Amino acid sequence: MRRSLLFIPANSPAMLQNADVFASDSVIFDLEDAVVLSEKDAALSLVNEYLKKFEFDNLEIIIRINGLDTLLSKNELDTIVNDKIDTVMLPKATYETTLQLSKMLEKIEKQKKLTKKIGIIPIIELAKSVIEVNQIASVRGVTGLLLGGEDLATDLEVERTEQGLEILLSRSMVVLAAKANQIDAIDTPYTQTQNDEGLLKDTLFAKSLGMSAKVCIHPNQIETINQVFSPNEDEIAYAEKILNAVSQNMNNHKGAFSVDGKMIDKPIIERAQKLLEKAKKWKL
Amino acid sequence: MNNSLNRPVPLGMMPYQGADHFKTTKIRTMLPEVLTKNSEKSINNIASLFDLIPIVDGMTLSFHHHLRNGDAVLNMVAEEIKKRNLKNMTLAPSAIFPIHAPLVELIKNKNVTQIITNYMNGPVADIISQGYMENLVIMDTHGGRPRAIESGELKIDVAFIAVPNSDRLGNGNGIYGKNACGSLGYIIADMKYAKHKVVITDSISKDINPIEIEAKYIDYVIEVDSIGDISGIVSGTTKPTKDPVQLKIAKDTVELIEELGYLKENMSFQTGAGGTSLAVADELKKRMIKKHIKGSFASGGITSYLVQMHENGLFKHLYDVQCFDHEAISSLSRNINHHLMSASKYANPFEIKPMVNDLDVVILGATEIDLDFNVNVTTDSHGKIIGGSGGHADTAYGSKLCIITTNLVKSRTSMIKNHVTTITTPGQTIDCLVTERGIAINPLRVDLLNHLKNTKLNIVPISSLLEKAYQMTGVPNELQKSDHIIGVVRYRDGSIIDSIYLIGDHEL
Repeated sequence: MRRSLLFIPANSPAMLQNADVFASDSVIFDLEDAVVLSEKDAALSLVNEYLKKFEFDNLEIIIRINGLDTLLSKNELDTIVNDKIDTVMLPKATYETTLQLSKMLEKIEKQKKLTKKIGIIPIIELAKSVIEVNQIASVRGVTGLLLGGEDLATDLEVERTEQGLEILLSRSMVVLAAKANQIDAIDTPYTQTQNDEGLLKDTLFAKSLGMSAKVCIHPNQIETINQVFSPNEDEIAYAEKILNAVSQNMNNHKGAFSVDGKMIDKPIIERAQKLLEKAKKWKL
Repeated sequence: MNNSLNRPVPLGMMPYQGADHFKTTKIRTMLPEVLTKNSEKSINNIASLFDLIPIVDGMTLSFHHHLRNGDAVLNMVAEEIKKRNLKNMTLAPSAIFPIHAPLVELIKNKNVTQIITNYMNGPVADIISQGYMENLVIMDTHGGRPRAIESGELKIDVAFIAVPNSDRLGNGNGIYGKNACGSLGYIIADMKYAKHKVVITDSISKDINPIEIEAKYIDYVIEVDSIGDISGIVSGTTKPTKDPVQLKIAKDTVELIEELGYLKENMSFQTGAGGTSLAVADELKKRMIKKHIKGSFASGGITSYLVQMHENGLFKHLYDVQCFDHEAISSLSRNINHHLMSASKYANPFEIKPMVNDLDVVILGATEIDLDFNVNVTTDSHGKIIGGSGGHADTAYGSKLCIITTNLVKSRTSMIKNHVTTITTPGQTIDCLVTERGIAINPLRVDLLNHLKNTKLNIVPISSLLEKAYQMTGVPNELQKSDHIIGVVRYRDGSIIDSIYLIGDHEL
C-alpha cells in the first residue's frame, strides 16, 4: 500500500542522510540510472553500510538494481538483499527476467535465512514489458508495477509529451494488470521538478486512470502526490459511516441496508475497509 | 565568578542572573541628550574633523552598519587613525563585516584596542578570535546597545553617521541618495547621546523628508565622494529556499504556529533574511491568504518578501530597524505604513513598550542549540566568532512564541549539543526547535506541550533529536576551551551571559 515512492541516488551521502525525513511511503535507493558505471561499486557499498547503520520506522526500503542483463545485478543482490530491505525494483522487466529475479531472491532468502519475503517491483518500460504485463504481475513476490514512461517512449520511438497520450494505453494496461493481481499500480514520474501545477494535473490524471501511487524524483513532489492519493476527510467519514452501519446491521441480523439513501453491498463495504486501512496506515 | 547559567564571567563584570532579572533590580538610567551648539557645520574632510574635535588616543568612535558589507565610512575613519597612528582607540560599530578588513592591521598595531559591537564576521572576527585584540571584545544585542549608550555605560566620543541623503545642517535619512540603505535605526541612540556627532554623506539635498537624523543633534557634516557600495547592502538571499529539507522545516514551522493558535487575525511576526526564513514567510503567506487572515505588523530587518506581504494586505504595518534589500528600501518611500524605528524602540529592555514585546511569533536561526535550549549565534563550535546576537536575544525574550529552525545536522556536525560553545540567547526565552527530524518543545513551556498533546506533528524531546544526530555523526569530542577570555557576550540588560575564548595558539 503506497502513495509516493522517492528515488534517492545511492551514491549521494547527503541525500542518503535525509532519505527518511520526507513523508514518502517508500524510498528507492537507485543503483541504476542515477549512478555512473565507475561509481557503481562505491554506491553499492555506501548504501549497504547506510542501511546496516540506520533503522527506519514505517518506511519501505526499495533497491533499484541494475538490469539482470548486466554483470552488476548478481553482486548487487548478493550484497544488499537482507532483512533491512523490503523490495527490489527491476529495470526493463520482462516476464522472463521477473521470474528469474523471483527465483534468485527465493534462493538468497533461504541462504541468508531472512525473516521476510523480499518484494519485487518490475518496471514496465519496454514494449515487450507492456505486452507481458499481466504475466509479470502474476510472478511470485511482485507487489507493484511501475510504469517507466521515459524509457518506454524511447522504446516506442515516440516523443514524451505533457499530455501523455503516447503512454495512455500502457498506463491503462499497467493499471488493469495491477488491479487484476491485487497489487499497486505505480505511475511514471513527472519529470518537471519545478512545475507544481503540472505535477498536480498529471497525478490527478493518473489517479483517474486507476493508478494508486506515483514515484517522485524530487522530495518537493511528495506532498502533492500524497495529497492526491490519500483519502480525504469526507471519504474517511463516509467509510466510517458505512462500517458503523455494517456492524449495526450485523447485530440486528439484517441483510441489505442503505446509508444516506444508497444501497450498501459487498464491494462498497470492501472499498470502505480498504480506505480506512489506508487512512490508518498514513495517519490521516 | 560564574553566572546563573554556570558560565564564567570576567572579574568586575555583572553576571547574568536570568532573562527577567533586570525587571526587579534595575531602573532606566538616561543621560541628558546632547544637542549641538554649532551653526556652521560643514567640514571639508575627515582629517580636518580629527584636528577640530580633536580626536586623540583612547577615544571611542561609533558607527552604524546599515550599509552592511558595502560600508566605506568606518574604513575612512580607520585610515585616518592609521595615518595619525592614534593608539588605544575603541570602536563601537553596530556590526562589522568582511569589508572592514583594514581594521585587522590597526588591531595588530594596537591602534584599536577594543571593539564593542552586536555582530561581526570576516577577517576582523577571525583575528579577534585568535587573540590579537588588547582588551575584551563586548558583543551586545540590538536592544542592549542603545540601553548601554543612553545609560552612559557605553560612552561615545564621536559618532560617525553615514547618511545617504542629508542637508547641510545634518537633517537626513537613508531612503534617498545614490547609496540609499533605508532605515538608520541603529544609530539613533548614538545621535542623541554621543559627545560629538558627524554626518558623513555623499548626497546633499535641500528637502529632507522624512527626517530620521535630526540636525539639532548633529555637530558636523562632511560631504564625501561615496559612503559605500550599494551592492553590498543586500543580506543573504532574497528568495525562499528550494532545498527540500529546509522547505520541510519551514512547512512544519508554520504548521506548528497554526496548531498553537498563533495563526490568527492581527498576528505579528518577525523573521530574518535567508532562504529558510523566507520559506517560512512564504508558507505563512499561503496560509494567511487561504484563511483570510490579516496580520497587524511584521518587524525587524525588512525584506522584499515582507514588503510584498504588506502590499498584498497581509500585514497592516512594517516596523523597520534595518533594510535587508533594495526593495525594502524603496518601499519606505511609497508605503505610508512602512515605518522607521530606532533600535531602542525596537528592542531596548527599558523602553516602556519595545516593539519586540508586542511580537507574537519570531523565527530565529541557531549555530548551536543545547539540551537546555540555550542558543549560540555568536561563535562556531570551535569558538571562533562568526556572528553575534543582533536582535536574537531581544526578540526571543519579547515574543510570545520563539521558534528556532535549523537542520539537525550541518556539515557532518550536530546542531544540538549537550552544552553550546557560547550562549548568546538563554534557553529560558526559547520555546520551540523545529528540525527536519522532529520538533522539540522547551519543557518550561508546559502550556505549549499541553496544547500539542493530540497533534500529528512529530513532537519529540530535544534529547532524542541529539541522539538521532549522534547516530549520524558519532559523538564528537568535547571542545577544550582555552583559559584565555578574549571577549564577552553581554545580555540585553547589561549582564554577562557568557565569555568568548581564544582559539588557536596565538597569545598576546
